[in-house]
Amino acid sequence: MSMDNLVRIIEKDQYRELPDFRSGDTVRVHVKVVEGGKERTQVFEGIVISIRGSGLGKTFTVRKIASGGVGVERTFPYHAPVVQKVEVVRKTLSRRAKLYYIRDVKGKLKLKERKEKESKE
Amino acid sequence: MKMLLGRKLGMTRLFKDDTVIPITVVQAGPCYVVQKKTPQVDGYSAVQLGFDGAKKLNKPLDGHFKKAQLKPLRFLREMRVHDENELTSYEVGQQIKVDLFQVGEKVDVIGWTKGRGFSGAMKRWGFSGGPRAHGAKFHRELGSLGQHTEPAKIFKGKKMPGRYGNERVTVHNLEVIKLDVENNLIALKGSVPGARGSLVLIRSPRKTRK
Repeated sequence: MSMDNLVRIIEKDQYRELPDFRSGDTVRVHVKVVEGGKERTQVFEGIVISIRGSGLGKTFTVRKIASGGVGVERTFPYHAPVVQKVEVVRKTLSRRAKLYYIRDVKGKLKLKERKEKESKE
Repeated sequence: MKMLLGRKLGMTRLFKDDTVIPITVVQAGPCYVVQKKTPQVDGYSAVQLGFDGAKKLNKPLDGHFKKAQLKPLRFLREMRVHDENELTSYEVGQQIKVDLFQVGEKVDVIGWTKGRGFSGAMKRWGFSGGPRAHGAKFHRELGSLGQHTEPAKIFKGKKMPGRYGNERVTVHNLEVIKLDVENNLIALKGSVPGARGSLVLIRSPRKTRK
């Protein structure tokens, strides 16, 4: 067995399945937050702009527009237990795997960009 | 004293208590006891361990394995046993597997680092070098070699460019994070010297901090 496959064996029992989502989809990510010894769940909703990596190092980046029109991006490890749940809110057809360009899309244009996408289902 | 020979497979990460732990996966063992060295015969006590199958052998080695009634093994390394009585717990031909170690245990790992060829002082000794821009004419050189008339020579051992890497390095007190006895895998916290596929020795730690 190749060396990489043997490394995968060690990783194997930490793999987990999240609902299928792609770049461009809108997702709600439930993140575990520990604050002052207390545990609670925080929800981060936004557009997936990138999914990268393989194995336990796989991550995805979610971008949302926070209050004040400030863009906020968070990168989550795909297999980390801190990410408790991911809900797919909206599925879109994206022609790019990495949607970094939406950072530069101004308010109006952005709406247009969303309209361009057709619903997958 | 415990020791295993293994092959470095590569690095990855594991999640534990909401944090990420960097790990190196090593295929350790199964090792076989090929020979026991005793003070009476050899002048010192040690256990010779073998690891990984070999294809071709010369005649002396062939005889060595036949004596131990083992298949030919590629790597042979000795483990010194300071207490002679400890030798009795080993038998020639005995198989040693990763379950020798336990999760949470600290181990030392010995490996041979990647050869870096003729390297400059910045890479080899971590010198800071000079500014890269702003009109500087001093970039990756090592700087001053010493004083002037007194002592009028460069001291021996001055850190200079030269061959770097391909040397035996021991990393102390790495934690065992995970074991897979079935596939002879051991996951160690942190990095281990050497290239992927290179031989590493895993042994019980020499320097323990309590």
